[in-house]
Amino acid sequence: MSNDVLVRDTAAARPATTGRDRLQQVVHHRLFWPVVALVALLLACGVRSPGFLSISVQDGHLFGQIIDILRFSATPLLLALGMALVIATGGIDLSVGAVMAISLAVSLTYLDASSSAGSVSTALVAVMIGLAVAVIFGTFNGFLVSVLGIQPFIATMILMVAGRGIAMLITQGQITTVTSAPFKFIGSGFVLGIPTPVVIAAVVFVLVALLVRKSALGMLLESIGINREASRLAGVPSRNITWFVYILCGLLAGLAGIVYGAPTMAADANNIGLMKEMDAIMCVVLGGTTLAGGKFFLGGTVVGALILSTIERAVVIFHIPSQITPLFKAIVIIAVCVAQSPRLREMIGSVRLPSPAARKTVEEAV
Amino acid sequence: MTMSFKRGVVSAIAALSLLSLAACGSDGKAEGDGGSGGDGTIKVGFSQLGAESGWRTANTESIKANLTAENGINLTFVDAQQKQENQIKALRDFIDQDVDVIAFSPVIETGWDEVLQDIKDAGIPVVLVDRTVDTTVEDPFVTWIGADFTAEGVTAGEWVKENHPDAKIFELQGTMGSGAQANRQDGFRSVIGDNVIGEASGNFTRTEGKAAVEAALQAYPDLDLIFAHNDDMGLGAIEAIEAAGKVPGQDIQIVTVDGVHDGLVALLEGKFNYVVECNPAFGDQLLELIKQVAAGEDVEKSTIVVDEAFDQTITQEVIDGRSF
Repeated sequence: MSNDVLVRDTAAARPATTGRDRLQQVVHHRLFWPVVALVALLLACGVRSPGFLSISVQDGHLFGQIIDILRFSATPLLLALGMALVIATGGIDLSVGAVMAISLAVSLTYLDASSSAGSVSTALVAVMIGLAVAVIFGTFNGFLVSVLGIQPFIATMILMVAGRGIAMLITQGQITTVTSAPFKFIGSGFVLGIPTPVVIAAVVFVLVALLVRKSALGMLLESIGINREASRLAGVPSRNITWFVYILCGLLAGLAGIVYGAPTMAADANNIGLMKEMDAIMCVVLGGTTLAGGKFFLGGTVVGALILSTIERAVVIFHIPSQITPLFKAIVIIAVCVAQSPRLREMIGSVRLPSPAARKTVEEAV
Repeated sequence: MTMSFKRGVVSAIAALSLLSLAACGSDGKAEGDGGSGGDGTIKVGFSQLGAESGWRTANTESIKANLTAENGINLTFVDAQQKQENQIKALRDFIDQDVDVIAFSPVIETGWDEVLQDIKDAGIPVVLVDRTVDTTVEDPFVTWIGADFTAEGVTAGEWVKENHPDAKIFELQGTMGSGAQANRQDGFRSVIGDNVIGEASGNFTRTEGKAAVEAALQAYPDLDLIFAHNDDMGLGAIEAIEAAGKVPGQDIQIVTVDGVHDGLVALLEGKFNYVVECNPAFGDQLLELIKQVAAGEDVEKSTIVVDEAFDQTITQEVIDGRSF
């Protein structure tokens, strides 16, 4: 369980005896259907609109629809990574959207008040303050859940509802807009030709993956999610670990808010991060993690985030009228969830391959 | 299990009461003393729906700047924070205070029957601002003042028809189902609907407007004009077009509605081509209307706020001279 996530996620890493077994392994891998859905969506877009899949270099950086999709996946992915860990403990964090709004509001209000908004150090301080505030709210959530024992749904709903009001208070009901080149870079700049948000999301993904899979933390999280009481009795510091994941989730939500708001530099407290908590939960679920807690899959969460932003784009590519876009999105998501359903896969599996013994006889017969 | 459930319920109640407390707190923060009434001043109760956008804030400022004591108005202004219950409570307070005129921007269309009936029974004239109501009460209001979204769409459409009759248009819609989206779209398409080759909603925000246009540039390679239902989405479109290596305002023209500061600056820079104003600063028109209503004069059932439209000949002075 403490294997490296990157290795775990590729079925090919395991030694496969025969080609057929290998195929079975791939098909039965929990990421198979989400990846199929993602690839199918991308290919369909490519067929519908030639040039969709091409990536070119423009002004020294990568440009293309795929790059745009990666860039737009960064925000939901940052949220979903934190959410996945919270969900693994059997909890949920509904406040991430509101925390996005708060951290962005704090950062931009600081920049607005500062006399040197254009300098790199000021922008860095603004980011740090935004993240620090996000950590405070994450700590608050974690305190309610782990120390006071309030149900996570209710505990984080407090901030979900009140948080936007707090953000409004910070911006004094206005939409604060600032100009600061270094801050804008976080959202719309490029590092070695790759959009900054993509780089940030990738780095955070690797850090989180290392944190939970290279240490025992991931396993402890799962054990808490499966049975909190048993874990506690077995000596797992479940209270502190639970508290920690809410703090981490808050921090990542704050980062997501800054990455999301940086390109426009407008702290619109009413709209930043609106309903993004649902997107984050969706990414986690599409990635194969169940809301019941326990096992969680960070690699799957990445695929989930990519699917969400690809659907967003496919709607325009397929010339779908705006009235029915929510329906289109719902159908794609339902299809992926159904394809992923363990029970359905069991049923299909049992039809095709009743038992290993039967499979063997079939192979011998062939 | 039951224990944690109970705890959940208790904390939910605690959270809710906390929220309603907060709401009460800001409710009580009505401005004006609510006294007097004789000596020629008109007591006006105004319930604003909230401060959800820059447009609304400018609207509030204009109203407060015009309905002043110097202009003979004793204004009680209450912000409903986008909640109908707050607004109904404010309206009832106005009845209790026996104001001369009630003005309000309803947060939604329905659910006003009871309170409007009470206001009518109290004999207080109602002026609706910006939005309308859908009610079974007969003659629920004396007059309505606001912008005509359909006319804004028509104005935008006519400019396109005159200047670019062959334009291939991508329409960047606002939040689906909102009045501004539906009516601007209807007005625009009644003039030049045949030229609209594609559409997508950008939810009135810059980020989503940008995303939609990025995809649209790929999906409709021959599009050469974007009609955005507000300035913010148009500003997002500029970023997407520039990122694709094209020149906004030339390769792809942009027509928007609103006329907020950033939008007009983009027009001055030549990145927008035409901006139809949706004027929030109609406090002066509202003042005249309220004076007439209070004097018992007959007024028109509806007053359309005068909207201007700007093309690239706009100057810095015009932008600086505006309040929003």
